[in-house]
Amino acid sequence: MTRSTITRANKDGKGGGLFRRLAAGAGVLAFWLAVWQVISMLVGQELLVPAPLVVVRAFGRLVGTVEFWAAAGHSLLRVAEGFLCAVAAGSVLALLTTRFRLVNALASPLLHIVRAAPVASFIILALVWIKTNALPSFIAFLMVVPMVWANVEKGIRATDPLLLEMARVYRLGWWKTLLRVRIPSVMPYFMAACTTGLGFAWKSGIAAEVICRPVLSIGKKLQDAKVTLETPDVFAWTITVVVLSLVLEKVLVALARRFGRRYGVAD
Amino acid sequence: MAIMMERVRFAYTDGVSVLEDFSLSLPESGVVCLFGPSGCGKSTLLRLLAGLEQPQSGRIRGLPPRTAAVFQENRLLPWLTALENVALPLEREYPRPQALSLAQEELANVGLADAADQRPGALSGGMQRRVAIARALAYPADLLLLDEPFSGLDEALWSGLARRIAVRNENRLTVLVTHIREEAETMNARILRLEGPPLRRREER
Repeated sequence: MTRSTITRANKDGKGGGLFRRLAAGAGVLAFWLAVWQVISMLVGQELLVPAPLVVVRAFGRLVGTVEFWAAAGHSLLRVAEGFLCAVAAGSVLALLTTRFRLVNALASPLLHIVRAAPVASFIILALVWIKTNALPSFIAFLMVVPMVWANVEKGIRATDPLLLEMARVYRLGWWKTLLRVRIPSVMPYFMAACTTGLGFAWKSGIAAEVICRPVLSIGKKLQDAKVTLETPDVFAWTITVVVLSLVLEKVLVALARRFGRRYGVAD
Repeated sequence: MAIMMERVRFAYTDGVSVLEDFSLSLPESGVVCLFGPSGCGKSTLLRLLAGLEQPQSGRIRGLPPRTAAVFQENRLLPWLTALENVALPLEREYPRPQALSLAQEELANVGLADAADQRPGALSGGMQRRVAIARALAYPADLLLLDEPFSGLDEALWSGLARRIAVRNENRLTVLVTHIREEAETMNARILRLEGPPLRRREER
């Protein structure tokens, strides 16, 4: 087989694979839309379970308004802010707790409390302390910090000591050892924490918005739609959150793959 | 400068003494083979020479600043390609393009020119071993430590590599740990027979 034949075969294989994946995705989507439609017909009340088409119409109506984009944009910013701060803080805490026993002893109970306590408790407590607009970011931050902290700590502790010895013998130095050995060792744990944490940031951030109701927010829109019994709008806003969360996750993974191959991000 | 170990004592944390009042003089160049049964302390001696362990008493003089090693395990970074693995230690000594070019040359020398872009996970055990050997050979070290470097390689491969290492390292010291006599003979090594623990010399050829 010549090189050009191999290349062509590979390209065909990739193209075929993409088509199959798209077809499979469409099939799964169609299945769940059908299930949704059947449930909606069985219930027979739009107020309880609106049909998919009704929700799509509501979504189309919302997307055409400036308010939709303003609310989605502001919620996105709040969640992203909380998430990014949590990633930074969680990583620093993990570094400190693996490096200093005292910090580990002092901080561990905090980690367990934040993990175990219900989100609602934090939201209600934080309402007393923090401005309404900053609360969703703070709650998203609080929910993601332990996840990043625990995972990065696990990654640091799992760094292969034999690789570190190799780095010492070949005198790679502190910086190169960090870039080429330590960071790549932690990267799978870090990426797992980020992808899971992003979902949690959305969930907790929107929950906080529902309770504290900042003017421009998906949470407030959800709550308003619930109060006015606009169930299709509740569904449409929920779909918005899911789509935003998925898009953000895909962007995060794509960026990590684009720039992080040499730092341990798997293809 | 020759390496001198003077009355070195070393024990691991479990208390078992591996080296007890151990003295040894190693020449400036050539191949020295530490030959002895498994568990006698050869690898610990190599770790001391690599600077990975420090003597609890006694001293080691004349250790060169740059050391290369083929460990018992390959110790390749799984997220880098074979070429990047070989080039990594060289990046401290040369600009990156030159490091990559030297690494490519060394991979070709061990018969892995076509595997340069593969990551270790995609290579067989024997190929990984050769990448680890290429990394050690490419590095401009004054001391080359080889801990059972040819395990997992077939005879044609290891004997070719052994001869190549012996010729290339004529002017620097190579310390080979093995319990296969043929490997030492192929590299024309001066054999130090050892036994232990605690490690001690039996006789010298």
